[in-house]
Formats: sequence, C-alpha cells, structure tokens
Amino acid sequence: MIGNIGNKIISWIDERYDLSPLNNMLKHKKVPVHKHSMWYYMGGVTLFLFLVQLLTGILLLLYYRPGEDNAYESVRFIVTEVRFGWLIRNVHSWSANLLVLFAFIHMFSVFFSKAYEKPRELTWITGFIILVFTLAFGFSGYLLPWNELAFFATKVGTDIVGVVPVIGEPLKIFLRGGEEVTGATLSRFFGIHVAILPAIFTVFLTLHLLFIQRQGMHEPEHFKNLPEEKKKYIPFFPDFALKDLLLWVIVFNILIFLALYFPWELGNKADAFAAAPAGIKPEWYFMFMFQSLKLLPAHILFIEGELLGVLFFGVAGFVWMLIPYIKVKRKPNWKIQPLTLIGIIIVAFIVIMTVIGYLV
Amino acid sequence: MRTRFFYLSIYFITISSLLGVVISGQKENKTIQSSKEDHCYSCHKEIDNLPKDFSENDIHRHANISCSSCHGGDPTSDDQEVAMSPSKGFVGAPKHKDIPKFCGKCHSNINIMRVFQPRIATDQVEQYYTSMHGKKLLTGDENVAECASCHSAHAIFPAKDPRSTVYALNVPGTCNKCHGNSELMKKYNLPSNQLEEYSKSVHGVALLKMKDLGAPACNDCHGNHGAMPPGITSISHVCGTCHVSNMEYFSSTRMAKAFQEQDFHGCEQCHGNHTVLKPTDEMIGVGKDSKCVDCHSSGDEGYTVAKKIYSLLTNLKNQFSLADAKYLEVKKKGMNDIEIGFLLQDAKQALIQSRTLIHTFDSTKVGAKTKDGIEISNKASLLAQKEIDEYYTRRNGFAVATLVFLLVVIALYFKIKDKKKKTEK
Amino acid sequence: MKLDRRKFLNTLLGVGGIGGILAVFYPIISFLIPPKSAEPKVNSVKAGISAEFPTNSYKIIKFGRKPVILIKTEDNQYKALSASCTHLDCIVQYKSDTKQIWCACHNGIYDLNGRNVSGPPPRPLEEYDVKVIKEEIVITKMG
Repeated sequence: MIGNIGNKIISWIDERYDLSPLNNMLKHKKVPVHKHSMWYYMGGVTLFLFLVQLLTGILLLLYYRPGEDNAYESVRFIVTEVRFGWLIRNVHSWSANLLVLFAFIHMFSVFFSKAYEKPRELTWITGFIILVFTLAFGFSGYLLPWNELAFFATKVGTDIVGVVPVIGEPLKIFLRGGEEVTGATLSRFFGIHVAILPAIFTVFLTLHLLFIQRQGMHEPEHFKNLPEEKKKYIPFFPDFALKDLLLWVIVFNILIFLALYFPWELGNKADAFAAAPAGIKPEWYFMFMFQSLKLLPAHILFIEGELLGVLFFGVAGFVWMLIPYIKVKRKPNWKIQPLTLIGIIIVAFIVIMTVIGYLV
Repeated sequence: MRTRFFYLSIYFITISSLLGVVISGQKENKTIQSSKEDHCYSCHKEIDNLPKDFSENDIHRHANISCSSCHGGDPTSDDQEVAMSPSKGFVGAPKHKDIPKFCGKCHSNINIMRVFQPRIATDQVEQYYTSMHGKKLLTGDENVAECASCHSAHAIFPAKDPRSTVYALNVPGTCNKCHGNSELMKKYNLPSNQLEEYSKSVHGVALLKMKDLGAPACNDCHGNHGAMPPGITSISHVCGTCHVSNMEYFSSTRMAKAFQEQDFHGCEQCHGNHTVLKPTDEMIGVGKDSKCVDCHSSGDEGYTVAKKIYSLLTNLKNQFSLADAKYLEVKKKGMNDIEIGFLLQDAKQALIQSRTLIHTFDSTKVGAKTKDGIEISNKASLLAQKEIDEYYTRRNGFAVATLVFLLVVIALYFKIKDKKKKTEK
Repeated sequence: MKLDRRKFLNTLLGVGGIGGILAVFYPIISFLIPPKSAEPKVNSVKAGISAEFPTNSYKIIKFGRKPVILIKTEDNQYKALSASCTHLDCIVQYKSDTKQIWCACHNGIYDLNGRNVSGPPPRPLEEYDVKVIKEEIVITKMG
C-alpha cells in the first residue's frame, strides 16, 4: 500500500519534471565487486556522519549561546536541563571524531587503490579540501564549550599558526580576534563553525559528489585487467544503497551507544588567568602534528625547529593534495611501488606519533 | 674641644630626660635615642658579639630605638669604657626578676607608647602581675615566664607578624617551651602534655594543620599577659565567646545550675579541655560513649531525654546521608544535581542546628528541627531518585532503540541476500 | 512461499524503518520542547524588581550552585554576599534590628561588608557585585 502511494507520487513528479535522467543514472550506476570492495563504503559512512553533524549541529544551535559568560553555561544547560540535550551534544562530539576518522580512512583507501589517478584528479583535490575543512570544523568546534581544556588547546593551536613567517602573526591575530584567546576568539570561532565553514564545505562536498556520480566508481587495476566476463558488478540501486543503509544504521547505533556510555566531559569553565592544567592535549587528529613539533629540536641550522616543522607540514599537505599530478616511475622489479611505500610510511608516521603523543 | 662640649651637652640632655621620664613619665619621645649613629650596634657587630637572638628586623630596631634606650650607656662613644660605663646609665642585661619593670619603663607609659601606636594597650605589666607567672616571679621564682620568655629579647615582632614568637600559629610552640618540659612542670604539679593534647583537638588541627588563624591558640582561652586557667564559673563564658549559641542554650537550662552546684566544669565536663575533639552524636544518648550516663541512669528523666534526642539525631543523620549518597550518584552520572545540592545544604544546616540545640536538653526543640531536616532530606532524596531513574530510562531507551535498529539491520541483511540471489540468477 | 518471505521481509523493514524513524525523531522533538527553566545559569543573576524589594530586608538568591544573600540596607543600598557561612556552610541571614548578617547555626556575625565580626566564622564572606539596571536588580561575580 505504502509502495503504491510512493509509486504514484514518483509518477506524478515524473510527469512534470521528467525523472528519466536520474532514473537512468540510478539504473546504470554499478559498483564493482572485488576483494577490496569494502573500502567503497568509507566515503558513504563519512557522508552519513556529516549529515548527523549537520542535524545535531542545527539542534544545538537552538540552545547554545556564544560569549564568554554564556557559552559554558549554555552547554551545561543543554546537557543537564534540556531533554535529550546530553544525547544530542554527545552524538555531535562523537560523530565529529568518527567523521574525521572515517575521512582519513577514506582518503588512505583512495590513495592506496590509486583512485585519484586520471580522470579523478579533481575528486581527490576537492576531497582533500573537504578534509582540511573538516579539521577546521573540529578545531573551531572544540573551543565552543569554553572549558579549560579547549581554551588552552586553542591557545596552543593558534600559537603554532603564529610561527609561520610573515603571514603567521597576522593570521594568528585574525584567528583569535585579538592578541589573546578571549571571548572575541569564541565569537569568531562560533561564526566560523556555524556559518563560514558550512557554506564553503557544502560547495566542495557538492562538487565532490557530483564528480563521483559523473564518473562512476573507480575500478582498481587488478579488476580492470580481468577479462570482461569475469568482472562482477552489483547495481548501485538498490543493492549497494541497501548495504550502505545497513552500515549507516549500524554506525548510528554505535554512535548513540558511545554517546550514552562514554559521554564527553564538560570539565571546568575556562579561566584566562588560571594556570594551564596538566595534560593539555589537542584533539587526537592533531596529535601527530603536535607531537612531531614537540619532538623537533629548538634549532635546526639557524631555523627554529617549530617553524621548520610547520613549514614541512604545510608543504607536505600541499604536495599530498597534488598527488594526482605527480608522476613516479614504476619500478617493475619492486615488490611495493614507491608511492605505496610513501603512503605506508606516512600512515606509520601518523600512527606512531599519535601513539607517542598519548603515551608520553 | 668644641665637639666634646657638644657631645657632653647631648649626653646631659638625654640622661636628664631619661631620668625625667622614669620619674614623671612626661617628656616622652626624647628618651628614645636614635640608632643612626649607634656605636653599640657597630662595635658589637664588629666583634661578633650581638645577642644570640638578635634580629635585624626587631620591632624596636625598626623603630630606630637604640640598644641604649633599654640598656643605658652612651651609644655615641666608640670607646667601650665610656659607652658602657655605669656613670652613663649603663645597666647591662637586666635580671630575670626585673624584666617586667624593665620593659614596663616604656610599655606601661601611654605617653611614650602612643607615639608608635595610638591605641596600644599599656596594661601588660599590670596584667602580668595578676597572672600565675607574675605572682610567682614576685616570690622570687626564677623559672617562671617573663616578657622575654615569650616575646624573646632581641627578635621581637608584632603579634600579627608571622615571624613573631607570639604569632597565632607560633603561640602553642612558644608556650610549650616551658609547659612541655615535664621536669620543670613537675615542680608545679602541672601536666606537660597540653600541646600534644591540643594538637589533636579541633582547635589544634584547625590552627596548626590547616593554618586557620581564626582557630584559638592557648592565649585565646587562657589570656596572654594575665595567663591563668579559666575558673569553673568562667569556662562557659570562655567557650561562649566563640560558641555563642551553645553557651546561651546551655546557661538557660536547669543543667547549668545543677552543674554549678556540683562544681562541674561547664563545657569541659563533656567536651574536655585541651583535647576538645569534634563532638560525635554518640556523646548524647545512653550508649557507651555517652556523657549523659555519667550522671543519669536508667529510669530518670535525663536518661529518657538523652535517649530521645539521640534517636532524633540519628534519624536525621541517616536520612541525610541517604540523600547525600544519592546526590553523589546523581553527580557521578552527570545528571542535574544543582537543585539537590541546595536542598542538601538546607538539610545539613538543620542537622547542624539540631546538634547545637542539644545544649537545650529539650527533646521537643531538637525534634522540631530534626523534623525540618528530615523533610528536606526526603525531598532531596526524591529528587535525586528521579534523576537516577531518568538515567536508567536512558539506558532502557537505548535498549529499545537498539532493538529497533537491530530489526532494521536484520531485515536489510536478508533483503540484500535476496537481491544478491536474484542478480546471480 | 518465496512471495511470503519477500512480503514478510518488506513488512519487517517497514515496521523497523518506522520504528527507527520514531527512535530518531522522539529525542529530536523532545529536544525542541523548551525545558522547565528556559535559560542557562550564567555569571549574573537577576534578582527581581528593585521597587518590590522592601527596605531593610534580605533574600537568598541561587547563584548557579551557590547561595547568595542580597540585602537592601536602610539607606536603600544593595549588598550581595556569599550566603554560605565560612564556619560550617550554613546559610546566613540579615538581622534587620542590628543591621548585621547572622548565622543561626552558631551565632556567627558578619558586618554588612561581609567581615566576620564575632562568633566562630574564621573568614569574611565573599562579595558580589550588585547593579540596578532599569529597575531590575542584577547580581554579578566580582572581578
């Protein structure tokens, strides 16, 4: 019965707007089946988590108040007084962390399967930009509860920006809305978090998704080399979509489980004049950068170690974004191709630095 | 020749004025010789012969009062023979028994003292001679404390200065120098464990451990210059200077009168003196720690009342700790605890007031307060329970949601399997 | 048989889907309903209309987690101090006859600046700022 009504509505729309292109696309879009198929789902999960962020973010906006005198109290209010406020806030925090995690997994899976190669260069670049903005979301959102930990993490984070030559200092002051991290920084981060970033983010996300729909799923080399009759596909709709949905439901359930059993502590209200509490740590996804900057010596050949580190990460990020345009000669007798090796080294570096950061 | 004459005239003026002050107490501050050109200090420092307890920051030295102001002599001469000649009024170190008078030369004279501190007391010496220390000193006892025993001789600081031997935190130690000497105290038939006892008491812990200057030191109960053990009749008043309500309640009861008739020691009778501990609820009632049963026995009115008050108190205490435990649970669970906190504060207040009201020995008065407290505690308990329930409802809600999602997952799983079969066919 | 299985699966999916949607929307709708106290507690607290506050009287205001005593003195000045006695945390009150702050538990007395004058309190009461903004009394934390 419900199906009938649905069909009627679709045919009503089809009559007026001609849905055949969309229909065709859905019908013809297919997903290759092979031993690495599972990585196709990572992007979908990331997208789902982004949607969760969007929804919970909008909900939190109804009660959250920016400002030095209000931010902490309003978050406290959301968590204790508003019905299900604890759930919405914790889902927002957890989802943010999972979003970054899945974005990283998605990125590296794309990297290792070489899906960024021609003709998908722009998909990679928009994806990278989305990742940068995701991190910016995380960084700006972290300060909003205006608690001690966030306050000092933001202080340290913006300080690091300040070491970049020439543009660093003005950029730091621009980010902080003044010389120091104050209520002005909070207002600024709030604006960035709820208005500026979402606007830019949506543009790049739309492009990213459009590119994917236009070009279809990437087929890895070993799959491409198969004889035509051995290539297995499943239709995107409904088979792959159903699987996607299945995964989303599971992820969502895990999300509320985490929100309920491992709620994010609100901590103490930020006090600009208090001494920094012990164990100031950035969010885990900045930890590897934070830790490597900490491990660098004070001076490397007349240049400040920290500056060198920041420049290195900047350049490395830029090179990483331009990976599709970098040609590395294939070494037929190498067991692992040079680019893959570089990827493995990068992943290992990130993992090791993160672990050190939490152990030391 | 001229300079000598000049000096001589200065000596003359100072000595005559010194004499004048001692006799009439009129010509005040000219006696206080400036220590600017002070050969006492410079010579004694040079030969490393300053008094053992000498401090550069001593209050007298700070006020530019020279050694010679107390010890006499001529500070302007660098010749020992001249400077320390008795003809120049040099008196040297005063004898033990003369010290109060020695200090009193200035300290009993408001005309001298007000120059330095307008509202300073000048009755210390007078008070001192009313104290046990003073009385014994007059009989020629060489062991008793005089001014310098407590204040030191050359490292004197105002009582508010933490470096002072009579600074609140240092008072117990200062008194203990003599009163902790069991051999010395044996001569006077006095115990020597007061400091030990005091350190264990609420007052001692507050002062010595928590450095709370509001807590009483020895002198707050015994007086300082007129130090004496408080008399039986005055004990309640001594304690009552701080514990006002307790004294008021107590002194208007029949018990107070009975205590007097029996020569009982007021507050001390139940609470002890130097070892005043944090009172427990078990001190009332008829249990083994009860103070009431010292006099009252089963059957008499006091016994019944004690039993009643004890049960009232424990009742409130139990209700309160029940609510408090729930409050902690609410806090731990990250639920809303503010309102419960306020209620518990009120309940705690009722408990404190009930405990104070014990001193009326009136079970109806105590009962009215405990009833208030129990009502508030129950209200807090109820509110806390609501929050705790809410917490578990969350988990139930989660369980239900998970069940629903599981259903979807299973349905989807089979659906996908079906599709797969279809495509394979 | 095959058809039944499909039908059953579809029904299960439908019921589960609706249940799932409910499970998502119930918290969201609840979240949107305004809570009992409509505003979070902040660094300042409104304590009523100045004209309605009788001279030479007091009231206890809940300032976040802390009780604050607000006093309107005889000359219509406002004073706000922490209401927790520094002795044992009882709530203090204002004595309109002696113009002092008094703690009922052990007869501790403070002056109107919060200084402990007599009785057991070891420390003065913490002071708060009071301002009257458009007839409304507003208490804020000092500093």
